[in-house]
Parts: sequence; C-alpha cells; structure tokens
Amino acid sequence: MDVLLILALALLLAWPLGAYMTGIFSGQKHWSDKVFAPVEKGIFKILGINASAGMNWKSYGIAFLISNLVLGVIAFLLLMFQHVLPMNPDGIGPLSWDLALHTAVSFLTNTNQQHYSGQAQLSYLSQGFVIVTLQFVTPAMGLAVCLAVLRGLMGGRNVKDAEEGEERDLGNYYQDTVRAVLRLMLPLAAVVALLLASQGVPSTYQASPTVPVVEQGQASVDQLTEQKIPLGPVAAMVAIKQLGTNGGGWYGPNSANPLENPTPVANAIETIALVLIPIAIVFMAGGLLRQRGFARMSLAVMGFLSLFCVGAAIYSEQQPNAAFSGLAEQAGNMEGKEVRFGTDLSALWATLTTQTSNGSVNAMHDSLNPVAALVTRSGMLINAIWGGIGCGFVNFIVYVWIAVFIAGLMIGRTPEIFGRKLEKTEISWLGVLLVLPSAVILTFTAITVAIPAITGNSNPGLHGIAQVFYEYTSAFANNGSGFEGLGDNTPWWNISCVIVLLLGRYLPLVIPLVIAGLLAKKRQIPFSNGTLPLHNLTFGVTLVTVILILNFLSFLPSMVLGPIGEALELTSIAGDLK
Amino acid sequence: MNTDLISRSGISRAVSDSALSSQHAIWRPALGLAAVMLVTCGLVYSASVTGLAGLLFPQQASGSLVIVDGKAVGSALVAQPFSGDMYFHGRPSSVNTDPMSTGGSNLAPSNPALRDRVAAESAVLTERYQLPATELPVDLLASSGSGVDPHISPEAAALQLKRVAAARGIPTEVLGKLVEQHTEAPQWGIFGQPRVNVLLLNLAVDQQFLVK
Repeated sequence: MDVLLILALALLLAWPLGAYMTGIFSGQKHWSDKVFAPVEKGIFKILGINASAGMNWKSYGIAFLISNLVLGVIAFLLLMFQHVLPMNPDGIGPLSWDLALHTAVSFLTNTNQQHYSGQAQLSYLSQGFVIVTLQFVTPAMGLAVCLAVLRGLMGGRNVKDAEEGEERDLGNYYQDTVRAVLRLMLPLAAVVALLLASQGVPSTYQASPTVPVVEQGQASVDQLTEQKIPLGPVAAMVAIKQLGTNGGGWYGPNSANPLENPTPVANAIETIALVLIPIAIVFMAGGLLRQRGFARMSLAVMGFLSLFCVGAAIYSEQQPNAAFSGLAEQAGNMEGKEVRFGTDLSALWATLTTQTSNGSVNAMHDSLNPVAALVTRSGMLINAIWGGIGCGFVNFIVYVWIAVFIAGLMIGRTPEIFGRKLEKTEISWLGVLLVLPSAVILTFTAITVAIPAITGNSNPGLHGIAQVFYEYTSAFANNGSGFEGLGDNTPWWNISCVIVLLLGRYLPLVIPLVIAGLLAKKRQIPFSNGTLPLHNLTFGVTLVTVILILNFLSFLPSMVLGPIGEALELTSIAGDLK
Repeated sequence: MNTDLISRSGISRAVSDSALSSQHAIWRPALGLAAVMLVTCGLVYSASVTGLAGLLFPQQASGSLVIVDGKAVGSALVAQPFSGDMYFHGRPSSVNTDPMSTGGSNLAPSNPALRDRVAAESAVLTERYQLPATELPVDLLASSGSGVDPHISPEAAALQLKRVAAARGIPTEVLGKLVEQHTEAPQWGIFGQPRVNVLLLNLAVDQQFLVK
C-alpha cells in the first residue's frame, strides 16, 4: 500500500512541477521572474554574458564541455587539499590522487559513485561545499543539454525566421543552467532538507559527539564501550542528493543509515524526491514541444517499464534469501535491509534509484536476491526509464529516434520525427550511441575479471562477475550505486572507472545534441496521412520492443553469466539442502 | 554574418559562433559559473538550510541524542551493542555497531560465507531460546544494511521477552506491557513496518526496574 501511495504522490507532484518547468524554460514571461530575474541579472553580469543571445549546437556543446572542465579541475584541487583547508573539525587526512580524481569526476558526471567512505574520509568542506555544489550544478547542466535537444527537435528558437540549412538557436547554455539551479533545484532542495531535518537527519556544523554506551563491562572484548555519532550538515546534502539524481550520500551505506534516512516518512520523502524531477521532465517536454500526445506516450512507456520492474523487485525480495533456508522462519530477504523499511520499500527504492540514474540506496544491493539484482542492472542499462535529470530524457529520445528509424524501414518511408528527416549522418551518430554501452562496459568487465589481482571482488562465483559488471554499468550509466562488497578504492578501479564515467556522461549527451542540431536545420515536412504518429499505442509498443531488444542483444550473455546464472546456482543449492 | 542575420530576420537574437570566438568569452562564463555556484550552493544554501533546520528542530538536527540525568547516553537513531541477558539484543551488525564505519555485510545469497554466518548464529539462538530454527525471526539473523539499525521487529522482541524478564526477576507480563508501549506502528498508519527501538526499550527497562 505504501508503495502505491508513494508512486501516486510522486506522479501527482511531478505534474504541476512539469508545468512550472515548462514556464521557466519556455523563454516567455513567467511569474517567477519577479523573484529571480534580478538575481539572475547579477549572475549573468559576473559571468560576462548576454543571456538572451542564443547558441547553436556547437557553441552550446562547447560551453557545456568547458564549464564541466573548469568545475572538475576546481573540485579535484579542493578534494586533493582538504586536509589543509578549513572546515575539518574531525581532522580528516588527505585523499590519494587517484581517489580524489575518481571522486571529482564521479560527482562532476552526476554519478556519485563513491570509492571512499563519506563520514570517515571527507571533511565538512569536501562534503558540504564541493560535493553539494556539484550535486546542484551537474543535474542542471544535464537538463540544459536536454532543453537544447528539445529545442532542436522543434527547429530551434529561431525556427520562424531561419532558412533551411541555417544554424539554429538552441538557447543559451548559461541561462538554462543558472535558471535550473536557482528556480528549480534550490527551492525544492531547501524544502526537502527541512522536511528531512524534522524527521531526524542531522543538520549541524558541530563536531561529532562521543557517548558511552549503555551496557558496559561485557565479557566480549570486541564490544564497544563508547560510540562516536557522526554528524554534520547532512540534511542539506541528502535533499539535493535525492532530488538531483545524484545519489552520493553523507554516510557509507547511504540512506540505509538511520542518520541519513531515520523514519519511514523520511524514506517516503526521499523516494519521491528520487523520481520527482525525472518524471516532471516528461511533462515539461510535452509542454515545450507542444506535443502532449508524445508526452503521454512517453509517460506510458516509462511508467509501464517502471511499474513492471518495481513489481518484479518487490516479489523477488519477498522471497527468502537462499542462504537462510532452514535456518530461520520463511520470510522475505532482510540481509542488508533495515527493519523500519522492510522488503517492499527497499525493493521500490532499489528499482527507482537504478532507473533514474540516482544510485542512492536504502538497502545493500549486493545482498539482493537475483531477480531484484537483475532489475537493478536492467534499469541502469536501459537508463531511460525516467533516467537521470536531462540525460534520461535525452537517452529516451535516442531510443525514439532508433524506433522511428526502424519503424520507417518497416513501412518503407523515410524516417522522420516532428517533420524532420533522419538521414545518413544522424543514423551514423546513433550507431555510435548504440554500440557504446556494450563496448565500454563489456570490455572493462572482461579485462578486470581476466586479471584476478585487480578484481577485488568479495563474493565468489558468478556473483563475483556480477559485482564487476555492476560497477562498470553503474559508472557508465552515471548511476553510482554499487555492489558495495567490491574493494574498489584501488588505482585500477579508480582510473578505469574515471574513463568509463567520462565516456558514459559526455558522449550520450553531446552526440544527441549534435543530432538535434543537424535535424533542426532541415526543412520541416508538413504533417500528412503518411506521417508516422508518435502518440499512439502502436508506436508505444514498438518503442518498448526496441528498447528491450537492443538491450537484450547487447547484454543477454552477460546477464546469464551474472544474476540469471546465480539464480540457477541458488536453486541447485536449495535442492542440495533438502 | 552576425549583422546579416539580424537584419534579415529582423530579430535581435543572434545565432553565431562569433560570441565564442575569443578565448576570453569561452573561459570567463565557465569560471564565473563555478564561482557563483560554489558560493550559492556550497555556502549560502548549505549554511542557511543547516542553520534554519538547527533553529526549527534543534533536537533532531543534532543527532537525536538521548539524554538521561543530563548526560547523553546515545542516539535514538543509532543501535548500541547489547549482549547480556539483562537487555534486549539488536540485529547482527557487520561493523560491530560502530557508527563511524557503518555498512552491511555485502554478502550475496550465493556466498557460502553468508550461509556459514547465519548457520552459526541460528545455532546460538535455537540453543538460547529453545526453539526450532524455522521459528526464528529473520531480522535477528540477517545483518542490517547500516550495521546500526536501531530497530528489531515486534516478533524479535517477543522472542527475547522471557529471557530478559528472567534475568531481571520481573514478571513477563509487566515487561510485556513495556515492550508493547515501545512498539511503533507504521508511521502515520501507513508508511514502513511495525518496529521496536532497542536502545529506547532497554533504557526504559533500566529506568523502571532499577537493577544496577
């Protein structure tokens, strides 16, 4: 019940939010101008830009890449020297260079894969200042690219005046990014942070208190006699961690930690925050494209896939963990889960966090039953069921382009989308995007598994391969969750993941921008009877099929070597026990 | 080209590469953006939200510390280790209930190490409570995700009731009442699972049945 209520609330809140986002990004006057326009004016002055000047796809892409480079270098340096910088009351030491590089790139790419343990290895400055900033800015940058792609689909902002073949105005990158942070992320995050603080998420700059535990003088020498309760400005970070499809938590076990996610209500708030903006973007796309039918189809396709996966994961976790067979009562898999959430809310979170490229967790994915493990990695491989902010909908449009192309071939018409033809150049670029995930993920998995000295996995057998595959999938999908048993703070893991992170972030955002820029310049063919409609059931089913077939083709063998094989292994173990 | 476009289209919105032709125009907004965002998000947002939360919810914002006789004895959100017969026990922790190094076991269902661990713990509990293994609540055998899960299920508390009552020499029914008082229903009647906070329960037991 609580699962359905959370999903319904997320959808109900995303709807008006989508309308608000349409308003602030449409370029027309909006009521929020009264509050934000003067602040933005000041910021644009500091940036030295004319915010009303549009950019073509090239300028937009360059601005996106350069601003990322600058931010990345600054973040790397601040992390590298955190031990000599202020706001470090617990006296935390320096990071190794490869760990600092991995951490900077991981947060820059909106991934938040963590090879460090937050509370123990990062200072308040690193977490509260560097990482929180990246958690605000990187989803805004992703959203900006998504906005440019959407404008490209409609022929650019200057569609009325420009001639065929002329460069189109896809918006101003800096205006989009600043607006997304100021008008969207900041107000939402402030509200969520206060709500979470009311539930018990720490919110303080004081050093962590140490308390003596209640039971003293036990025979066991291992039993702690005192506990240090790690605090900090946690609520502020957790809010944007959830809202910005970031996922990098304050504490090691993320939102499984009761300080980061203290109550079931806090859990409901964090779960809704996880999918809120990704769902709202679908509504926004409908508004900006003026294609409500297309948005409804998108919502139906994503919703169908999402709910199907949620159902499968919940069913999976309600089954007993095979290792407990005969050793405890027959009940759901509670290994790596918290009592206050139980199996259902943990499975819901695991599904949504991998679909949205968020990557925060409220239960340990390494200990999930195999079907739920399959669901989580499928969410990351598809990476377009809601998806990360901006990049998720861009990935979805890539699938739409491919589906349009295939459908066009089947009915023997030149494939077109919103009246613009997909031709050889665009298809070649799409080809790159098609091959990229499997090429990157499988290559790195193969190398790492082949050399046991660098693997560092903690579980034997097929699950060991699954751990490695999961880590690279999570990096490529910019998700950030992990099978955390992996010993991943090594130079090999840090550096190889940096490469995968960069490939997984920038190519899937920049290539669609190029395609959109090229499409925008084309002549618009008027709508006719022969036009392939993108808003009906037929196209929705085609799209689902295309999404599934593409991913099966790329990853079915690796799934057999991972969760599917593990499931079979477990059935045979259970058989032996009887 | 720039002026061309403007004059032809009659709009002031110029689309060209020229705005970005100079090095200056590429780097300055990027640097500016980084600086502005570090200040607004990293400083202004973090500090104002953290400060406001501290003002509005001082108890929750500072770690939900439990104060007994003017001294902090723990956090209501963080499990403490309990192993003696006088106390209710929490869930197994793979981090020795150390809040500074929280985490789960990360053992896969297929990992023999998990089966071995559960088998050992199951043997201890069947011996202690004189019950068949298949009646042991799962949450007392499964390690939590955080390693400091403050709660156990009401079934897990019920299982331990007799042991604690015997060790303290008090009637089971009296202690049972206290456990009932400390059983939390799903929050707002719908969210989450019924549960018992082990630290708060044990503190209440200590307070009501002074045995020191």
